[in-house]
Amino acid sequence: MALKVENLRLCYRTLRGDVVAVDDVSFGIDDGEIMGLAGESGCGKSTLGNGLVRMDVRMAQLGGRVELDDKELPISNDKAMRPLRFAEVSIVPQYAMSALNPTRKVGKMVAELLKSRHLDYKSALPELERRVKLVGLDAEVLKRYPIELSGGMKQRLVMVISTLLNPSLLIADEVTSALDVSTQRAVGEMLLEFRDREFVKSTMVITHDLSILAQIADTILVMYAGKLAEKVSADVVINNPLHPYTQLLISSLPEVGVRHDAKTLVGIPGRPPTLLNPPTGCRFRERCPAAFDRCAEQPPFLEVKPGHSVACWLHADAALPAGGAGAALTSSGPGVSLSQAGSADTLSGPVEELSPAGAVDGSSPSGGAE
Amino acid sequence: MLTLDNVTKIFKTGTFGGGSTPAVRNASFEIRPGEVTALIGESGSGKSTLGKMILRLTPVTSGKITFEGTDVASLKGKRLREYYRHVQGVFQDPFSSYNPVFRADRVFATIKRSYFPDVSNAEWRGRVANSLESVGLNPVDVLDKFTHQLSGGQLQRILIARALLLDIKILVADEIISMLDASTRVDVLNLLSNLKTRGLGVLFITHDLSLGNYISERTIILRRGVVVEMGATEKVFDNPQHEYTKMLLTSVPQLHKKWEPGSDSELEAMLGPSDDDGRPGRYSKSSLHPLAGAHSRRSRREREAEAERQAAEGLLKTDTYLRTHEEVPPLVEVEDDHLVAISSGAG
Repeated sequence: MALKVENLRLCYRTLRGDVVAVDDVSFGIDDGEIMGLAGESGCGKSTLGNGLVRMDVRMAQLGGRVELDDKELPISNDKAMRPLRFAEVSIVPQYAMSALNPTRKVGKMVAELLKSRHLDYKSALPELERRVKLVGLDAEVLKRYPIELSGGMKQRLVMVISTLLNPSLLIADEVTSALDVSTQRAVGEMLLEFRDREFVKSTMVITHDLSILAQIADTILVMYAGKLAEKVSADVVINNPLHPYTQLLISSLPEVGVRHDAKTLVGIPGRPPTLLNPPTGCRFRERCPAAFDRCAEQPPFLEVKPGHSVACWLHADAALPAGGAGAALTSSGPGVSLSQAGSADTLSGPVEELSPAGAVDGSSPSGGAE
Repeated sequence: MLTLDNVTKIFKTGTFGGGSTPAVRNASFEIRPGEVTALIGESGSGKSTLGKMILRLTPVTSGKITFEGTDVASLKGKRLREYYRHVQGVFQDPFSSYNPVFRADRVFATIKRSYFPDVSNAEWRGRVANSLESVGLNPVDVLDKFTHQLSGGQLQRILIARALLLDIKILVADEIISMLDASTRVDVLNLLSNLKTRGLGVLFITHDLSLGNYISERTIILRRGVVVEMGATEKVFDNPQHEYTKMLLTSVPQLHKKWEPGSDSELEAMLGPSDDDGRPGRYSKSSLHPLAGAHSRRSRREREAEAERQAAEGLLKTDTYLRTHEEVPPLVEVEDDHLVAISSGAG
């Protein structure tokens, strides 16, 4: 496993107190895996991404551990991280267009970057030019100033530069959101191509656009208000999500072919809670149509089916033995059931081997405790 | 209602205004009451310029925009103010549409000062409350708040409520939801859709085809300042005729359908086919310097990719605009209410 994050807590130090933007987050990314990180704005996804590369002075690590290639990644130690950035972990920042130094020609900027890593630009140049050509740009662009390039060109260049040293982990933060659909597709396919050509080992794609993730991600992690909500393969998130938040998020997306007159989509009422004094219990409770009394307690993030983890009391009782804790608790039985959840379950029956009934049967030794 | 007739906009560029950039060429269409017209194009296609010309924020170079029989360009003073009573715009970034120093509801006060100085304060408060409720906001939640205390969706809805206070007939909505979260986007869209039942004509400018498809009755596809396809939305989306429209439709990321591989020669060529030689060793970083190998040897497949790429360049070129001397392709009606430009450049 290339990246392993355990119980990570990151906060912003403010005068009014600590804002815990990433709260007790654990997940892993396999070698060659593209993991999508989705959620509304202000749910901590960029904080998580930035935290793995560079913690800003306002940020602090409150706990947890990050491992990359079985070695600890000292994310809170700026000095120890310095040799690892760019070489081992690399980021394509949000608004990559403004990440290039406007006073340097692109090639010169890369040369300075490499020099800071004690590498020689001349020997790197053939590979750099090859990769620039690979993404459909002329090697000439290295002799241009950023102002002479279009947004899409800059985005592609930044991605080439970030992955130049074949990092183990690439964090792509909203790389497609400011682009046209055709460029979006090109950038999405670039991420796949970079993975296939092994320029990067694992990739974390941060975006609020689930339809892009449906195209390129292997697994999707959904965050809500600093907590993990659901993690499972991309197909299941799109077709058969378990967490009410994921279900509502998916059902609010207009698609080509869906007309307002035929089918009126609805958004999620309300907005995510402020993280300065987050509410107790499940943080989605306020907006959740399926909330019941048990939601006053924070649901654990448990694996309920093989490879499918979710933090919701509706599903906690189906937790697999490995998940443990949740299954042992007495079931108070959901008073309200979400209609969408019901239909989603019936859908999954014939298609997937992950049929809910089967999973519960399989785990009966501990699941049967109730 | 509002008609555009051969509207052209040419920006002068270059140090001494010697160059010219035609942003919009010979655009003719109309915005009808009770309909949402989606204007779809990529960046640089001139879609916002068209919106600005309708709102008279920038003059037209040639052609004519008429609103209820009068040429919009001729309006001045009082009559221009009357025009704005009927035609209003809402723009992309809700946070820069407001002055952060003042409370957000100041936008209502400015409307009152310009258009309704005679209305009493009590009655005005009632009207504002009605208007806010009609866009799905609770007046208590949003009045007397500063912009940073409100969400993007709320701010956009306040701007729409502001427009509704006037007797508006045309609303130009320029990318109004691209800055909003997916969870609130759809609510603003539904709101626009409800407005049309009041007989409002909406010009919905967007780059997102799925959004345009969701709410519009009519669709106009703009490329490099030229209308390439227009007509009833279901006809344009279900039966696209122009190569560019087809290309856009295959590129839209969809939830339940993966991009068709190879359907798009442009992107294939851009990335090149996977080659087996010249790739760095598997995670070779520790054993070998990642940049040690020179990969200058070009395989046959790479050369082919290069040729293919150059062939596709036509569509990819950074010159976003048609050159001034280039002919604007004429629109031909392929079926009832479905016009397509006879493609000359795009193939």
